[in-house]
This record gives sequence, C-alpha cells and structure tokens, in this order.
Amino acid sequence: MAVTGILLVLFLIAHMLGNLKVFTGETSFDHYAHWLRDIGKPLLPGVWFLWILRTVLVVAVVAHIWAATVLALRARAARPVKYAHRKKVRGSYAARTMRWGGVIILLFVIYHLLDLTTGTLNPVGNEGKPYGNVVADFAPERWYVTLFYTLAIVTLGFHLRHGAFSAFRSLGQQTPRGERRARNAALVFAVVLCAGYLVVPFAVLTGLVS
Amino acid sequence: MELFTQGDPIADTKAPAGPIEKRWETRRFEAKLVNPANRRKMTVIVVGTGLAGGSAAATLAEQGYHVKSYCYQDSPRRAHSIAAQGGINAAKNYRNDGDSVHRLFYDTVKGGDFRSRESNVHRLAEVSVNIIDQCVAQGVPFAREYGGLLDTRSFGGAQVQRTFYARGQTGQQLLLGAYQALERQIGLGNVEMNSRHEMLELVIIDGKARGIVVRDLVTGEISTEMADAVVLASGGYGNVFYLSTNAKGCNVTATWRAHRKGAYFANPCYTQIHPTCIPVSGDHQSKLTLMSESLRNDGRVWVPKTKGDDRNPRDIPEDERDYYLERIYPSFGNLVPRDIASRAAKNVCDEGRGVGPTKLGVYLDFADAIGRLGRKAIEAKYGNLFEMYERITGEDPYEVPMRIYPAVHYTMGGLWVDYDLQSSIPGLFVIGEANFSDHGANRLGASALMQGLADGYFVLPTTIANYLASGPLEKVDASHPAAVEARTDVEDRIQRLLAVNGDRTVDSFHRELGQIMWEHCGMERSEAGLRKAIGEIRDLRDAFWQRVKVSGTGEELNQSLEKAGRVADFFELAELMCIDALHREESCGGHFRAEHQTPDGEAQRDDDRFAYVAAWEFTATGEPSALHKEDLKFEYVHPTQRSYK
Amino acid sequence: MNLTLRIWRQKGPEDKGRMVTYPVNDVSPDMSFLEMLDVLNERLILDGEDPVAFDHDCREGICGMCGLMINGDAHGPQRGTTACQLHMRQFTDGETIDIEPWRASAFPVIKDLVVNRGAFDKIIAAGGYITAPTGSAPEAHSTPVAKANADAAFESAACIGCGACVAACPNGSGMLFTAAKLTQLSLLPQGQPERYTRVIGMVDAHDEAGFGGCTNAGECTVACPKGIPLNTIGRLNRDYLAATTKGGNTPGS
Ligand SMILES: Cc1cc2nc3c(=O)[nH]c(=O)nc-3n(C[C@H](O)[C@H](O)[C@H](O)COP(=O)(O)OP(=O)(O)OC[C@H]3O[C@@H](n4cnc5c(N)ncnc54)[C@H](O)[C@@H]3O)c2cc1C
Ligand code: HEM
Ligand code: HEM
Ligand code: SF4
Ligand code: F3S
Ligand code: FES
Repeated sequence: MAVTGILLVLFLIAHMLGNLKVFTGETSFDHYAHWLRDIGKPLLPGVWFLWILRTVLVVAVVAHIWAATVLALRARAARPVKYAHRKKVRGSYAARTMRWGGVIILLFVIYHLLDLTTGTLNPVGNEGKPYGNVVADFAPERWYVTLFYTLAIVTLGFHLRHGAFSAFRSLGQQTPRGERRARNAALVFAVVLCAGYLVVPFAVLTGLVS
Repeated sequence: MELFTQGDPIADTKAPAGPIEKRWETRRFEAKLVNPANRRKMTVIVVGTGLAGGSAAATLAEQGYHVKSYCYQDSPRRAHSIAAQGGINAAKNYRNDGDSVHRLFYDTVKGGDFRSRESNVHRLAEVSVNIIDQCVAQGVPFAREYGGLLDTRSFGGAQVQRTFYARGQTGQQLLLGAYQALERQIGLGNVEMNSRHEMLELVIIDGKARGIVVRDLVTGEISTEMADAVVLASGGYGNVFYLSTNAKGCNVTATWRAHRKGAYFANPCYTQIHPTCIPVSGDHQSKLTLMSESLRNDGRVWVPKTKGDDRNPRDIPEDERDYYLERIYPSFGNLVPRDIASRAAKNVCDEGRGVGPTKLGVYLDFADAIGRLGRKAIEAKYGNLFEMYERITGEDPYEVPMRIYPAVHYTMGGLWVDYDLQSSIPGLFVIGEANFSDHGANRLGASALMQGLADGYFVLPTTIANYLASGPLEKVDASHPAAVEARTDVEDRIQRLLAVNGDRTVDSFHRELGQIMWEHCGMERSEAGLRKAIGEIRDLRDAFWQRVKVSGTGEELNQSLEKAGRVADFFELAELMCIDALHREESCGGHFRAEHQTPDGEAQRDDDRFAYVAAWEFTATGEPSALHKEDLKFEYVHPTQRSYK
Repeated sequence: MNLTLRIWRQKGPEDKGRMVTYPVNDVSPDMSFLEMLDVLNERLILDGEDPVAFDHDCREGICGMCGLMINGDAHGPQRGTTACQLHMRQFTDGETIDIEPWRASAFPVIKDLVVNRGAFDKIIAAGGYITAPTGSAPEAHSTPVAKANADAAFESAACIGCGACVAACPNGSGMLFTAAKLTQLSLLPQGQPERYTRVIGMVDAHDEAGFGGCTNAGECTVACPKGIPLNTIGRLNRDYLAATTKGGNTPGS
C-alpha cells in the first residue's frame, strides 16, 4: 500500500509542477507537453518515455487499488454484523474516508483522462494543444467542470493527508514525537498539493490565464 | 446439639527436622524424582490460573507432565491475582537496609501473630529471592531506578524496603508473566486449557484424589476429568461476606467440595480486613474497591475530634483533627499492620466520629504530602489510584481528602496442607490463597503474591513429583463407580437448584448472608454474636433452598445458576467460620474476640490454649464437624505480645 | 434517574439476535454501569424472564473481562475507563442507552453481550512471551534496564486484553493489542533473542484469527481504557519489516 501510494504521490508532484507551467504562457506549456513526449530521443523512439511513465502509473494504481480492495474485503469479513448504534468518528476523519475518497479520485482520473489526455470530452480537444484544452475547460461558463475538479482535488487532499501519515506508520515510524511530526508533515503536504492543483482552474476562471 | 466434636490431633510429618535453614534443601534432596520419560504419561489437573495455578501449570508442563488447566473466566489471564496492586516481598536486601531471609521469616511469623508454621514460612522467605529473578527473566516490567536497577518500597508495616512493584499493577504484571509462560505451554500442546469451566466436585478413588467434575459454563455440559493428581489453586473465599475487594466470581466451591470429600479445612475464621477501601455508597453496591495500602506511606489518617462534626474537612482546623493512628501508635503511625489499622477505624466510627454520608469512613489526607513533595511527585506515585478514586466517588483526592473504610480482603484460612502442600487427601495438593499455610492469623502486605508464586513455581513442582514417583497409579476412567457417583451428585444438585423456582433472587440471599457475617464474624466477634449468627445462617440457608429463584436451564450459559451453586456453598462455609471463631477463645491477627483484649484494646492471644491450627473435618451433612488440632512449635521466633506502639 | 435501555439479546451463537428495549427507573448516579444492569437483571429474574448475560469479574478495571459497546462507544463515553468503572453520573435522566456486544468475527457472540475472545490468547501463545524456564533465571540485577525503557515497557504492558480496540476499529483489527505486547517485550533486553520470530508469529496468528488489517485509523487508541499509545503499531510495523526483509532474523544482525 505504502509503496504504491508513494509512487502515485511522486507522479502527483511532477504533474502539479507540470501544470503550473500554465503560468509561463501557452507556448512553454504546450512545449512542455510535447517535451513530455520527446524526452529520451534519440535513445527511445517517439512517445516511449511517456508510455513507460504511463505503464508505471497504471501498475501503481492497479496495485494500489488491489491492495486497498483486499484491505476493504478483510475489514468487511472481520465485522460481519454491524453496530446498531453507529458512532461519529473519534479518530481521524480523513482516515475514515480513505476508501470512498479513493473511488472518487479514480472516477475523477478517468473523466480527467478522457478530458485532457484524449480530449474526447473536451470542448476543444486538440491533442497537440493542451494549453487551449485547459483554458477551454475551465472557462467561466463551464463552471461545473471547475467545481468537479475542485471537489475531486479536495478529496484527494484528504486522501493524502491520512495516506501520507499512514505511509510513515506503515513504514515503521514509532516515537510519539515522530508521530506528531508525521501528522503535521502529511497535513502540510496535502494542503500544498491541493493548492498547487487548484490555482490552475481558478486562474483560468478568473481570466488570469486565457 | 454440640456445634462440633473433638477429633485426634494431627501433625505435619513432611517437614524434615534439623536447622530451619536446611529443611527445604533437605526436603528437596530427599524428594523422589520422576523419570522424564514417564512424566509424559502422567496427567495433573490444576484448578485455577492465578499466580499459584498459572505458575504451577506452566512449570509442570515445562517439566514434561501432561497438564489440564481450568478457570471460570474466559481467559487464564483474568484470574483474580490480576487485581493485586501494591507489590511483592522478597528478601533481596538490595537496599542494604538490614533485610535478610531470616528477617522476612521473622516478620512473617510475627505478622501472622504466631499462628503459622515456622518451617513453611522460612521456606517462603528463602524462595522469595528466586521469584524476583524468575519474573524479571520473563519480562515483568518492575519499577526501576535511574541506574536501571530494581526499585523497592516499604509496605504494610515492614521497616525495611523489600517490596518490589510495578506501579499500582504488580499483580497484573506478575500474573501476565505466568500467563504468558502458560500460553507458551498451551501453544506447545503440553497444557490442555479449559477456560469458562467450573469445578463442581472432586473424584476420589481408593482414598486418592483422581479427578474432578466440571461444568462447561458455555454449553452447560458436565464432564468428568481424570488424572494422577489434582492441584487446587482456586483462591480465597472472602466473597462469603458478599461485599469484599475480591472479584465477583471468587468462590469457595472448589475447596469446599474437596472439604466435603474429606480434606480438612484449617482456620476458616482468619479473615483479613483491609483498612484502605472506598466506603460503601448505597445498597446497590456490588463490590468494594481497594485503595492500595502504599497510600498509607504518604497519606495521613484522621477523623474530627468531636462527634458528628459535619464541616467540610478542609474547614476543620488542625487542632480539631484526631490523627488517631499517629497518636496511638507513635513508632509505626499510619503504617501499622492491617488488622490494627482496620480495628482502629472501626472504633472511631463506633464512637460516632466517622465521616461521609454513611458515617462509616475516615479521612486519608494527602495535603501534607502534596505540600512537602509537590503534586507532581504524588501524581507519579499514585496517579492511577487517585484517578480510580475520582472515577468511583466523583471527588478529587488532590483537593479533598479521600474517604476510606475497612473491607474484607483476604482469607488466611483454607484447606489444611502439610509441608509438601498436600491436603489430608493423598494426591490432592492445594496452593496459593486456597490453602491455609503461611500467613497464620494475619497476612502481611505483599506476601500473598510471594506465596502464590513460591508455591507454583518452586515448591509444588518438587513436592508433587515425590508423590507421583510413588506411582504409577492404576489407570481409571470416568466410568469408575466413584466417578459416576460424583457426576450424578453434581447433576442432581443443579436440578435441585433449578427446581426450587421460588420468589427471591440468589443475590438477595447472598447480600443477607454477607450482612450477617460482617455484623458478627467481621472485624470484631463475640460469643453472643457468633451464636446468633449461626442460628441466622441456618435459617437463611433453609430459606434459600425453599425460596431461591434461578432462571433458565442447565444446558446453556446461565450466570444465575453459577451464582446459586457458589452461594449454596458459602452458606455451609459461613457456618463453619462462625463455629471456628466461636471455639477460638482468644484474639489473634485477623480474629478479634471482644472478650479477649488487653486493657488498652489490643488483641489478647492465649498461647497456652490456642497455639494450634484448627483443622476441621467434614463428617456428614447436618452433623457437627470434627476438630483436629495441629500444635504449633516456635523454636526460632518466640511468641511475644505484638506491639506496634 | 430513569433510563431506557436498548440491549442486544441473542439466545446463543445460532440465534439471530435483536435489540430489545427495557425501561429502568430510579437509578442512582453513584451506581456503576454494571450495577445498573444488576438491578435490571434482578427484576427480569423475578418476572421470570431471562436475565441479560454480560461478562465481568473484578469490577475494578483491571481483569479485562467486561466489555460493552455503549451508545457506539467501546466501554462507554468516559475516556480511559472500562465499563465496570463507568458510573451512572456520566449519563442524564431520561436518556436512551444502546448496549451491544463487541462486533468482530474473531469474537463470536456466545450469548447476549458475552463474546469469545479466545483469539487473543492464541496471539499470545504464538509468541507473546519470553522463554524463561522456571529456575533458569539469572540474578535479577545482572541486567540493568534503562528507566525510560522500563517505563515505556510498562506503559504497553498495562493492556488488559479487553478487546475494545477491536470493537472500535473500523477494520476490526486487533493490531493495538498485538502491538502492545510486542512493544513491551521488544523494549526489554530479555526480549531481544526472540524479537523477530515473535513479531512474525504474533502477526500471523492475528491474521489467521480473522481480525482485519490495520490502516492506521487510530480509533483503537481512543477507545482503549488503558490508553495504549498508537505508536506501538509503528514499532510493530518496524519490527515486522525488519523480520521479513531478511536481516532481522539472520544470525548476527
Ligand atoms: C484488590 C486486591 C489487592 C491485592 N493486593 C495484593 C498485594 O498488593 N500484594 C499481595 O501480595 N497480595 C495482594 N492481594 C492478595 C492476592 O492478590 C491474592 O491472595 C492472590 O492473588 C491469590 O492468588 P491465587 O492464585 O491463590 O488465586 P486467584 O488469583 O484468586 O485465582 C483463582 C483461580 O481459580 C479459578 N477458580 C476459582 N474457583 C474455581 C472453580 N470452582 N472452578 C474452576 N476454577 C476456579 C479462577 O478462575 C482463578 O483462575 C490482593 C488481593 C485483592 C483482592
Ligand atoms: C480506487 C482508488 C483508490 C482507493 C480505493 C484507495 C484506497 C486507499 C486506502 C484504503 C489507503 C489506506 C492504506 C493505509 O492506510 O495503509 C490508501 C492509501 C494511500 N492512497 Fe489511495 N486509494 C485510491 C486511489 C489513490 C490515488 C489515485 C492516489 C494518488 C493519486 C492515492 C494515494 C494514496 C497514498 C499516497 C496512500 C498512502 C499509502 C499508505 O497508506 O501506506 N490513492 N488508499
Ligand atoms: C486542475 C488540476 C489538473 C490539471 C489542470 C491537469 C492537467 C492535465 C493535462 C493538461 C494533462 C494532459 C497532459 C498531456 O497529455 O500532455 C493531464 C494528464 C493527466 N493528469 Fe492531470 N491535471 C490536473 C489534476 C490531476 C489530478 C488531481 C490527477 C490524479 C489524481 C491527474 C492525473 C492525470 C493523469 C494520470 C494524466 C495522464 C498523464 C499521461 O498522459 O500519462 N491530474 N492533466
Ligand atoms: S489494547 Fe487497550 S483496548 Fe485493546 S485489549 Fe488492550 S487494553 Fe483493551
Ligand atoms: S483503529 Fe484499527 S486501523 Fe489500526 S490504528 Fe487502530 S487498529
Ligand atoms: S470487570 Fe474487570 S475490567 Fe471490568
């Protein structure tokens, strides 16, 4: 779990930085998108590198989901009869939303791929010109898209807040002091990541990027 | 009709002669051994998984015997030993404060008010040092000092610091050590663990203990288990008083059933009343909670000087307070032994100077200690106890003084055993609080844990081998007539209890029995009171068998049926306790007879007439028991009037 | 005060079970929760009904025998308190209280509120000990133990095996119980020789018993009446990784 989770996190960081290039203007952003496809040349032909990246990602997500599903099934088997009196969460809220949060994120990713990678669901859908796609995407009149992105990313934030802490734990973090540190680190990381992602749609929305 | 008849005197024939410090060594050497190859073929039944039973079962299994272990809780880890708070004594003399095996021996004999057997007590003191080594090796987290060495404190009337402890949970930590050793043997398949099983009868074949009848508390199934020897480690019978510091399930059934089958019951009237318990708050009360005696190291006990002074304790000025223990016993002050502290509390309350809603309580005040050492230090020492007090009473002991009152805590009496811990029935061994052996008429604080582990880890495994070596006994199984009879007795008894179907609950009878015992056979006893009590107990017992209502059936988990069986046995025990208390016309340790006190109200022993163990033999239902006397000789510690002034 | 109790009644393992409502009147705030149930049972017996079966023994918060889910809280609302130590002053007049057994497939219900916690004993039998045959022990002072370690070991050793951690865990995991014992033993010098075989044995026994996996949800430690700290689970994970990634149990390392 921890390992797959962390792979995904790494991607997220890279991806966020990539997205932030939006602010450096259309050309450089598109260029970056092309560059994504070109690195490795001439060692690797065409979009290979990207494909390697994608395979790694897919494997990570699948493994991650598989692990999560196993845990979920074990948990269900471990408590066949539910409590009649269900209780508000006393531990961490983020921790209790890991599974649903995860699923939402997954759905989001699927939509997102159709939207910005294949362009199928994108008003512009111009493969070569992601900048345009993005701008079109978050245009004020398509506020609901922005809303959906926002929700998804906040969910992701929660997921990562517990996820990151949990990853530390799973990998053996063990002192009470370290525990406080781990929790804070996870929180900061999650917030930064959310912010990092959210600026893009809102920048477009507010016309800062057009 | 006579209350009892005189039987022939008895004696312990197993303790070797010679200098006392050589006796255990000699016995160990003389004891026959069992060839390791044969041990596997021998089965030992151990009833009880407390410090005594748990350590015995683990050790016997380790030595290669096949062990069958029983407890009524859902896990062996929950035996009542878990509740012990204060600590465990050992003559390690780590403090170099003048402690030694001989001093621990001396203190224990004196503390027992010269009513215990010197040989046994000395062995206990010798073995005490090995216990600590054993427990540390098992990972028991005893309190330690900054140097990393074991910490000790002084406890319950001892003037040396020989008590090892693990915060306020010493019993828990020691028991978990034994429990883990036991679980290891269970995992290895050497012990067959039967939790949620209650022993209801002893099986005797050709005069030897060969098995027990048990009830599976989950299914209600009755079964007969056979073995080469039976060990009872079933704890004390303080619950005969209904309200006590014992766990709710503590009972006399295992030992009482053995008594009815011929095992002598020794000194049943020796009961320890613990001075520092939380007072009763109302008639819903189901048990009493002990506040560890260690509190008396820093707390000061007092009551108002004037009767019925209802002021808030904090508003009562120093000169209107009576720190009675410090006043009466200048040299020991608040640390006098339990029986003395308890009776002193009773006396001030009888004078009408008791405190709290019921007026049955005295203050245990930490204001001075907090002032002297600071709140932090007190918190570190007693934090968990203070929290427990606040949870139960809703009062904060850092602000208002605790209220405490004596409560039944420990029973020194139990089945009679010889130096080998074998009862008057061959093959029936009795260890821990269930036997009468080492504490005489009064047990010193932190000595019961010591005795339980000494018996289980070190003494029994040696002495039982000596018995088993005289085998092999001929094979018998549950179809043996004696076994079948024992089993039918149990079934009939259960049917009788279910058949009454009257109009009173078991608890209502138990509560009433407890009141009778507390009133007349508690801290102070008198001839008139005891005679009255015997009459009342008999009437109540008859009422019980006519009016008790036990719901449900015998073929299921039925907690009211379990209680009913235990209370039925308590009735018979209660009567014997009163008879024993009545016949012992002296005051000693936990047995205080109003007629026998010194001018200044201290216990007055009568060594010429009563320096003996009273071992009672059951004759027949409704017939008077026979009294067998074992004379006590004191070659090393010469009886003196105990004085803690 | 007067209360309405909704209690889980189940005749036996096969019975389906249901919540049944019982009013109880003039309850004293000084009663313990179990004493309040005693009062109810006395009445049920006299009315010829089957009293509510529940486990208890010491009633001092130390034996770990009691265990009730009270309004969805393991051992009830008061932190660091077992059901037997919980007093009625924690509740208000006229309140409705739901009482259920621990819910976990590793803790099957025997009757009403009584469950079978034998799985915990199996976890201990699988390694929760230090092998020290009686009589073989060296002098107690031959190995000093740093006070800090001794105290931390004690903190984890305080576990009473009540099962509240499992009852409260969203995954029905017994990791806190397992970690508490592992932490105690691996903090002591005496516990080192068996350190890595112990963690593998106990964790495997835990999983075989049908407990869920731990996802660090942290509910257990909130419910634990002895406040066993969550970081014990981190220690367990670390020992487990060390033991499985070779090194932990290879001689010399
Ligand atoms: C609150 C409290 C505090 C104490 N503090 C201290 C202290 O600080 N120091 C000290 O030295 N002593 C202390 N004591 C005394 C000491 O704890 C006990 O005397 C000692 O633990 C008894 O141990 P045991 O093994 O003989 O019996 P127990 O621990 O009582 O075990 C009895 C066992 O027998 C089983 N059993 C009983 N009846 C049956 C039956 N019919 N069928 C099957 N199984 C049965 C039970 O299941 C249990 O496993 C304290 C006692 C109390 C009540
Ligand atoms: C269907 C999709 C998903 C599900 C069901 C899911 C479920 C879970 C669960 C249950 C955990 C907790 C495991 C633990 O605490 O040990 C977890 C952890 C984590 N998840 Fe997800 N997740 C999903 C998708 C994602 C995605 C898309 C990402 C990142 C983009 C992600 C990142 C993480 C991280 C970093 C962790 C922490 C790893 C750890 O806890 O050791 N997850 N996930
Ligand atoms: C507002 C935030 C986001 C923006 C603007 C954004 C933008 C983009 C763009 C433009 C692409 C296409 C890149 C290309 O094809 O060259 C892309 C691809 C992708 N995005 Fe996002 N993204 C955002 C958030 C996310 C999040 C939160 C996730 C995961 C949880 C995510 C996962 C992906 C994945 C998996 C791809 C496919 C990468 C590939 O082509 O291999 N994105 N994103
Ligand atoms: S860890 Fe806490 S909750 Fe779990 S069994 Fe131990 S004491 Fe009970
Ligand atoms: S609540 Fe459960 S998930 Fe782990 S942290 Fe506690 S065991
Ligand atoms: S009954 Fe012992 S802990 Fe509650």
